Amino acid sequence: MRFVLRRLGFFVLTLWAALTLNFFLPRLMPGNPALAAIGNSRGSVSPQALKVLEAQFGTSHQNIASQYGSYLGDVATGKFGSSLTTQPGTSVGHIVLNAIPWTLGLVGLTTVLAFVLGTGIGIAGAWRRGGRLDSVMPPIFVIMTVIPYFWIGLILILVFGVKLRWLPYIDSYDITLTPGFNLTFIGNVVEHAILPAFTLLITTIGTWILTMRNTMITTLAEDYVRMARAKGLPGRRIMLDYAARNAILPNLTGFAMSLGFVVGGAILIEEVFNYQGIGFLLLQAVNNHDYPLEQALFLLITAAVLVAILISDIATAVLDPRTRGAS
Amino acid sequence: MAMLRAPGGPQGPGAAGDPQGPQTTAAAPTTAGGLLAAGGGITGSRSLRRMARAVTANRKATVGFVLLLLFCLVAAFPGAIAHDDPNAEIYPRLLGVSAQHLLGTTALRQDMFAQVVYGTRPVLLIAFGVGLGATVIAMLIGVAAAYLGGAWDGVLSLVTDVLLVIPAFPLLIVIASYLHGAGTTVMIAVITLISWSYTARQLRAQALSLRNREFLEAARVRGERSLYIIIVEIIPTMTSLLVASFLTNALYAVLFSSSLQFIGLGDPSVTSWGTMLYWAENNEAFQVAPLWIIVPGLCIVALGAAFALLNYAFDEIGNPALRPVRSMRGKRVKRPR
Repeated sequence: MRFVLRRLGFFVLTLWAALTLNFFLPRLMPGNPALAAIGNSRGSVSPQALKVLEAQFGTSHQNIASQYGSYLGDVATGKFGSSLTTQPGTSVGHIVLNAIPWTLGLVGLTTVLAFVLGTGIGIAGAWRRGGRLDSVMPPIFVIMTVIPYFWIGLILILVFGVKLRWLPYIDSYDITLTPGFNLTFIGNVVEHAILPAFTLLITTIGTWILTMRNTMITTLAEDYVRMARAKGLPGRRIMLDYAARNAILPNLTGFAMSLGFVVGGAILIEEVFNYQGIGFLLLQAVNNHDYPLEQALFLLITAAVLVAILISDIATAVLDPRTRGAS
Repeated sequence: MAMLRAPGGPQGPGAAGDPQGPQTTAAAPTTAGGLLAAGGGITGSRSLRRMARAVTANRKATVGFVLLLLFCLVAAFPGAIAHDDPNAEIYPRLLGVSAQHLLGTTALRQDMFAQVVYGTRPVLLIAFGVGLGATVIAMLIGVAAAYLGGAWDGVLSLVTDVLLVIPAFPLLIVIASYLHGAGTTVMIAVITLISWSYTARQLRAQALSLRNREFLEAARVRGERSLYIIIVEIIPTMTSLLVASFLTNALYAVLFSSSLQFIGLGDPSVTSWGTMLYWAENNEAFQVAPLWIIVPGLCIVALGAAFALLNYAFDEIGNPALRPVRSMRGKRVKRPR
């Protein structure tokens, strides 16, 4: 219990740090670019919304402490202001909510799939040390992990979209269709998701394979594994119940820690494929100098990653008593 | 199936022998940086010499080293390789590959080969700048936290942990969006500021594990000053961690800066691989000039691979259990020395 409380405390603290960064960054930059952008949007945004924005980004006639106070209050009550340029006047919360399902579907599912597949391959590779899988795998995936996500996307578009014309590569569905729960539309969405999902899969899977393989190799050298061999247990049982079960714990933490990187890469993949999720929206906001939208998205992404880390911490504590004792 | 045991047992649960910090977050996200100063008693010059020997003995390290050297040469003398001006927009649009234009020309009337060649320098500067900068900051903060202890340790570790979990790339995007076109120097500064935390954590753990060792006690009894102890006694035991940190951070700097440039947050007037990709995507290069997309990307991959291969090789050297089985057998035959 104390452990969970400590992790919760850290979670709140980090979220607060992200909020504070959001607050001070525009104020630290020469000329406060955000304030200038808000000034330009007078007329397209309602006066109330403008007030929220001014508290968020800083006006000259209030002292900084009270600005900070009202900013924290606004965020706590879910007031993120209105979009300036992307969809002028629309509330930021509304725009963000529309983008979330797309990202959850694409990035969420693909990430879990990559983790499961990668862990499985890593286990198999470490078990058959020096086998064909194991000798080909590490060098290939060392290279795979250094390829920029967006460039893989570009190459896949070049090959499968432009040259072979097998798959669509722009937008998350054919915009001539009306969204609805029918087979045509769902099929179309799936078809549009194949290339971006595959991009994300092949760029992220290498990390899971390598970390799993390496922890698995260390675990296989443990005495209890030798003991299991000496007892003559079947290989499958040693591999899964003895070695993999223990080796997967650090990998689980690695999973949560690397989510930040996955999210970063997913932003670029959405951009390359014009996929209308959170990342695409973030870059749209950046290009349009739509700072309120940008800040809300950054907070959302940070909060999502933090929640994932919190869950994995608690899961690790539940699964591995040693981590609980250590605190 | 007999295997050598890893000396420090890196990669194990609650890695890096971290006795106090908030546990779980310590496990390495990738193999990069999983390298530990095995045994702790390696002194500076000896481990450097060992590394030099390791580079020549390990095939991955050799490939990585040669690649990196090649890019350094290109970055140092771009004029000797490409004869055209990378910024000149004077050629016919979208020429194919020819002796005159080795990679053809872009839709913006530039010579593509010259752009690729001259684009090497900013990327390498960013990689080395961030690699060095992040390592130095991590060293200062990690060692200070461990050495000062108490409240200092609490505060510094907390800052490190918070920075560690805030997603780096989105944060970079937000910072860069306020800067309007980040040139090479700004890029180095910004990426350095957000990427030192992982190493700082590792170095703190390493320094903590040394705290009660006799050679430090001896230095203290001799009456050495803290600064002397930190620089001469503690830091040399971290050489391999520092090398890993330099390589990892350099790799991430290459990827981060190229990505930022690709989405148009770099300085568009600086010729570099990421900026080339930005212009290529905005000029329908898919249909008209595939090489405009393929070549700069391949360069990023090759440079990244150089850093990653070196890092992976050092990882194998630090943790013998990770070595390929065959070369391990070779090693064991040669070993009685």
